Amino acid sequence: MTSVALTVNGTPHEVDVEPRQLLVYLLRETLGLKGTNVGCDTSSCGACTVLVDGESVKSCTLLTAQADGSEVTTIEGLASADDELHPVQQAFHEQHALQCGYCTPGFVMATVSLLQENPNPSEREIRQALEGNLCRCTGYHNIVRAVEAAARAGA
Amino acid sequence: MIPAAFSYERAGSVEEAIELLSRDEDAKLLAGGQSLIPTLKLRIARPGVLVDIGGLDDLRYVREDGDWIAIGALTRHAAIVRDAVLERRCALLTHATELVGDPQIRHRGTFGGSLAHADPASDLGAVAVALDAQLVARGPNGERTIPATEFFTGPFTNALAAHELLTEIRVPAVERGVYLKYQRSARDWATVGVAVADVGGRVHVGLASMGGTPLRAAAVEEALAGGASAADAAERAAEGTEPPADISASSDYRAHLARVLVRRALEQL
Repeated sequence: MTSVALTVNGTPHEVDVEPRQLLVYLLRETLGLKGTNVGCDTSSCGACTVLVDGESVKSCTLLTAQADGSEVTTIEGLASADDELHPVQQAFHEQHALQCGYCTPGFVMATVSLLQENPNPSEREIRQALEGNLCRCTGYHNIVRAVEAAARAGA
Repeated sequence: MIPAAFSYERAGSVEEAIELLSRDEDAKLLAGGQSLIPTLKLRIARPGVLVDIGGLDDLRYVREDGDWIAIGALTRHAAIVRDAVLERRCALLTHATELVGDPQIRHRGTFGGSLAHADPASDLGAVAVALDAQLVARGPNGERTIPATEFFTGPFTNALAAHELLTEIRVPAVERGVYLKYQRSARDWATVGVAVADVGGRVHVGLASMGGTPLRAAAVEEALAGGASAADAAERAAEGTEPPADISASSDYRAHLARVLVRRALEQL
């Protein structure tokens, strides 16, 4: 077992984990944060995207042990304490940027990371920046609109 | 998919990493893990020990050194893309790195880790051989420098000894360079990738996915040095290569892509 200290959505945790544990399973199974989904499990689809130290990462492709000392943010950590949606969540809601919703947490986290790096992306930049996330309901057009709306809202 | 069990050691320094590697024949280095973890999950790799060097922040840097730029092996792709020195003095590397994987992978994956993984389809392998990059390795017997053209010894194998690790990659400042790749879909590996650079007045051409290692298109370079036009030289892009046939493309199609992409890259140079 390996000792890992990390902060998830602002709460510090100290856990002993098997070295082979992937971060997504710490989040889902140990901490009960099931908003982060496992989709392809091959680092392709991005459904498991979370922020590690503010940057988007695929949590199925990171060992919990590698996140030692890091700050992790999941979809559950975006809304404010009084449950007001994060501007990116609000934009996905208003622009109808989801159908089944399975990919949505990953898209939202990838968008938060994108807008931190590039607050005013062009449509082309948005599409390129989301190349690590797949939506099988063919919702890309509305997802792009949602990212544009979130950027306008200053997310 | 869950990796097979392994024991895990976190190295606090390069010296400690070398010591940990020396202790176990079955040890493997973990940098950003963006290539290694998928292979662990598929159980293609089943190391007994993983030596995690991901915390060695002193191997994350970009420094100008005369006509060269020294890059710490653990510099992440995203940091390379953002680096102003590289954009000004070796934009070929900046632009090629922007095409590696996707943003999430670029946030964790490292330049040295990608090169050491030695995927014949790697964008950065083609760029490294085109640039005649120099790879600095450290082991129990000290430091040595390996030219990129000698670093890749076969598919997923490199010239590092069992107890050595890559600490730095040195690339020359180049004013002109182009990287083009053809891929079947977003974030796919390069069906074929082509890196072209003017290094000290001579045009170098690197190829990805045209054989078991990143390659130099020697026949193209020779033709250009002899005064051939871009179009004529590019016709020789597949000479001396053994392009693989797989689900993405036949060997013949890869040879065709290499000729087209080399011509386009030379025309853009």
